Amino acid sequence: MALLEMKNIQKSFDGMGVLKGISVSVDKGEILSIIGRSGSGKSTLLRCATGLEKVDFGEIYYDGKAMVKISGDGVEYAPKQELKKIASCYGLVFQNFNLFPHMSVLQNIMDAPVRVQKRNKEEVKAQAMELLKKMGLEDRADAYPYQLSGGQSQRIAIARALALNPEILFFDEPTSALDPELTGEVLKVIKSLADLHIAMVIVTHEMSFAHDISDKVIFMENGVIAEQGTPEEVFSSDNERMKTFLGRYQGAV
Amino acid sequence: MNLSKIFIQLASGMGVSIYIFVITLLFSLPLGLLVAFARMSKNFVISGIAKIYISIMRGTPLMLQLMFVYFGPYYIFGIKVTNGYRLIAALIGFVINYAAYFAEIYRSGIQSMPKGQFEAAQLLGYSKFQTYRVIIIPQVIKQIIPSVANEVITLVKDTSLAFTISVAEMFSTAKALASSQTSMVPFLAAALFYYVFNFIVAELMNLLEKKMNYYK
Repeated sequence: MALLEMKNIQKSFDGMGVLKGISVSVDKGEILSIIGRSGSGKSTLLRCATGLEKVDFGEIYYDGKAMVKISGDGVEYAPKQELKKIASCYGLVFQNFNLFPHMSVLQNIMDAPVRVQKRNKEEVKAQAMELLKKMGLEDRADAYPYQLSGGQSQRIAIARALALNPEILFFDEPTSALDPELTGEVLKVIKSLADLHIAMVIVTHEMSFAHDISDKVIFMENGVIAEQGTPEEVFSSDNERMKTFLGRYQGAV
Repeated sequence: MNLSKIFIQLASGMGVSIYIFVITLLFSLPLGLLVAFARMSKNFVISGIAKIYISIMRGTPLMLQLMFVYFGPYYIFGIKVTNGYRLIAALIGFVINYAAYFAEIYRSGIQSMPKGQFEAAQLLGYSKFQTYRVIIIPQVIKQIIPSVANEVITLVKDTSLAFTISVAEMFSTAKALASSQTSMVPFLAAALFYYVFNFIVAELMNLLEKKMNYYK
């Protein structure tokens, strides 16, 4: 059974179709990259998968449990309690980090596990320090977000998401708000997560990164999946649109 | 009557002024938050009521509101009120008036929070209540301190309006002294008292602002 199963997802804003029937499945530990032009619906897909946007149509299952199902002409979301349970298996890393500015780095990471998951504070702290070490930021535990660079902020945001022990982690253009120098350090960290064996879905414009890290790549265009497969298949595809798209990133692959 | 006697009498009036000030803040600050949430409610009946309430409180003189609260029970419901009701009426009047102003300050603060803060909290599993208590309100407080300080300083001076329903606060005392002594001195002394009171309040608000500066 797939960890995440999205079937025929449709979503429009003000009558404009953004997602026009997208189906995606992600297995445990699998790494999926979603590439495509800005406005092709990549981020909206992540927002639907994480419940930040409600789908107009389609089904989403996590570990076989329905987050949303088709009911009649529309859809029916699971009851609130059920949604909460489902939500505990995924996390999201935002493009612009969204750290909590009034909390220290350590508080940012520890607060949700302690407050929401009601875990033991000492145990969470040990895990948080471990994560900070993994991010190469163990000396920044007491810093506040305004004292961090963009790359550091994003690494803290990743640590914050990981502290909740998700089975699948979504990345919404994690390096788009960063300059090239800082992009590298964040991509390196994401790569290092591969051996944690949690599934990752990454929306990105970093083609060589997507090529290297992914088990599967999806190329989206105008709200549909135009191409999908292994990185080798997708990046050497004969699809004309795919070729023009990749042409812009020539040299990046 | 010498100066020190004037000061002693004024000081006892000031006690009442401070009492009104403290009680008003104690109740209007939390009540204002409730009103702010009512105002932002998706239920249009609730938000409509809150809107009308705020509109009336801000659109009519506080002095009239105090009189309304004080005389209303008798003229509208025929309830005889006791002397002790004066102070209570003043407190009710101040609390409901200031809650309306604070509500609008809270609302502007909450609505200026970046959407990403709410989304991040949602993804981390915080409940709505936790999101506001742990993530949003602490940040809103920092942001609204200057506007709140403004209102608080106005409140110090507004306590003198309790005079209109004969509450023996500092201004009433000063006026009584001035007419019995046929002298300006009690007014000058009262001005000094208000100024010092406000000076301390302003410094405290400054201190609070500085304390919140540990992050940007």
